[in-house]
Amino acid sequence: MINVALPKGRLGEKVYSMFANAGYECPSILENNRKLIFENKEKNVRYFWVKPSDVSIYVERGAADIGVCGKDILLEYEPDIYELLDLNMGKCRMAVAAKKDFYDDNEKTLKVATKFANIAKKYYASKCRDIDIIKLNGSIELAPILELSDVIVDIVETGTTLKENNLEVFETIVPISARLIVNKSSFKFKTEEIEKIANSLRDQVKAND
Amino acid sequence: MIDTRYLKNEERIIYNLRSLYGSYGYLPFKMSKFEEYELYVKNKDFLVSDSVITFNDTNGKLLALKPDVTLSIIKNGQDEKGIKQKVYYSENVYRISGSTRQFKEIMQTGLECIGDIDLYDVFEVVSLAAASLGTISKSYVLEISHLGILSSLLDSINPDKDFQSSVMACLEQKNAHELKTICDEYEVEGEGAQLLCDFVSIYGKADTVLEKLYSLNVSPAFKCAVDELSALIALLDKTEYKDKISLDFSIVNDMNYYNGIVFNGFIEGVCETVLFGGRYDKLLNKMGRKSKGIGFAVYVDLLEDFGAEKRDYDVDVLIVYDRSTDVERLNALVGSYVAKGQSVTTQKSLPQRIRYRELLDIREDKQ
Repeated sequence: MINVALPKGRLGEKVYSMFANAGYECPSILENNRKLIFENKEKNVRYFWVKPSDVSIYVERGAADIGVCGKDILLEYEPDIYELLDLNMGKCRMAVAAKKDFYDDNEKTLKVATKFANIAKKYYASKCRDIDIIKLNGSIELAPILELSDVIVDIVETGTTLKENNLEVFETIVPISARLIVNKSSFKFKTEEIEKIANSLRDQVKAND
Repeated sequence: MIDTRYLKNEERIIYNLRSLYGSYGYLPFKMSKFEEYELYVKNKDFLVSDSVITFNDTNGKLLALKPDVTLSIIKNGQDEKGIKQKVYYSENVYRISGSTRQFKEIMQTGLECIGDIDLYDVFEVVSLAAASLGTISKSYVLEISHLGILSSLLDSINPDKDFQSSVMACLEQKNAHELKTICDEYEVEGEGAQLLCDFVSIYGKADTVLEKLYSLNVSPAFKCAVDELSALIALLDKTEYKDKISLDFSIVNDMNYYNGIVFNGFIEGVCETVLFGGRYDKLLNKMGRKSKGIGFAVYVDLLEDFGAEKRDYDVDVLIVYDRSTDVERLNALVGSYVAKGQSVTTQKSLPQRIRYRELLDIREDKQ
């Protein structure tokens, strides 16, 4: 049985259809209900919806053999997993944004508001910049407007939210997209099945390019 | 005689491992829970986790709760030509665990072979690693790599240390897509870039992998490392562990300490790597020793629930008595069950939290 952790939401639905194309369909997943686990015994596969930021935990801890999650989550939590494939979906970037008139005064500690404390810490450490991290869980854009922080480190997709709040991107830290991740131990014992799925998804990604 | 019913799962595993190591002439090594902090500061990168619990002893010297066993064993050994120090241990180490960043007590059982070691010793240690996994489960995989293969491959492509560590991080995750990006960034093109990306997918049965490795014409150092791996595999091929062994170059240990053969062990049903091992001549060298070394550790704490039978009850018999019960009669009753090999608990009322198979209520008003 292959256990697959899918991120709740539109990305997860797209990813499911790729798994279905790979021969691991499970029609009950498309039913509109509140169930969390869907199983197709015939195809030997079980899917479950989890919060996108939790996918890597399910996979690292072996509750799921495979999962799909954003590179942002992998960079933030650094789980011990295999990252087999870039699915080229859910593309965005991790960026530093601030108010349009922001000037980076190197004499001051830079106040950084973010959900991604680890990413921010590593990025500024690589630039030898002294920072003060303000960990927030949502509405990060508010922080520089209310002068809670100088800049924010956050995911930027289209930049519309930033623009509407008079903020703009100053630096791109890293491009982000959805990745296929696999539990290391599962990979040893379900190698063929996992390779089959990964190869099919790889072909589908190539075909969509 | 040991009544194995009362052994915890990990105790049973440790007992089996100790008897395995003992039968190959490995001697028990007992060490203190504390070690001078200085030892770990000097070899910080060798440690798996970057934080150590420290405290002052009565003389003000900074001590640490040991985060690692190998360093203590190396510190206590001596170099002698033709001699090997072969020891095994069962010790707790103290490390930070995962994303919660909390200290954890981790139970490790393992062995070290340090001294004038040769191919036989490497073979013996790797075989014992496979045998260790075999004592725990029938379904296991011992994955072997040779760091000399990786280092010679990387040196032949680009000696830049930053490039090499970025590539190693990708190999560790079998991440071919980002490997391409790194090659572009460092202007590694053509054959070298292709070779690296292909390397991610070289894993599996030893004979197929070795064949692929021999077909690559990288450098004399690369060939030398492949020969060494091949010699080990040839010996392992003649053992019962043959089908359990695979080659995989995603095992990436710190090359400042490890060299040569490295290996990891997996057990079906356990989601994390349960066995870590490898050759660490460079560590010995850094610590001023002339010897060579190889060893491994089994993370026994990961096996707490593995294969353990779920018990439906805590005791076989629950005897409920009251003040009027004759003590001699109670003692005789208890003794009769114990003699039959059953476990008994005596209580004066029915307990809520104890699960029992048979209830014997000898309270006066119940008779």
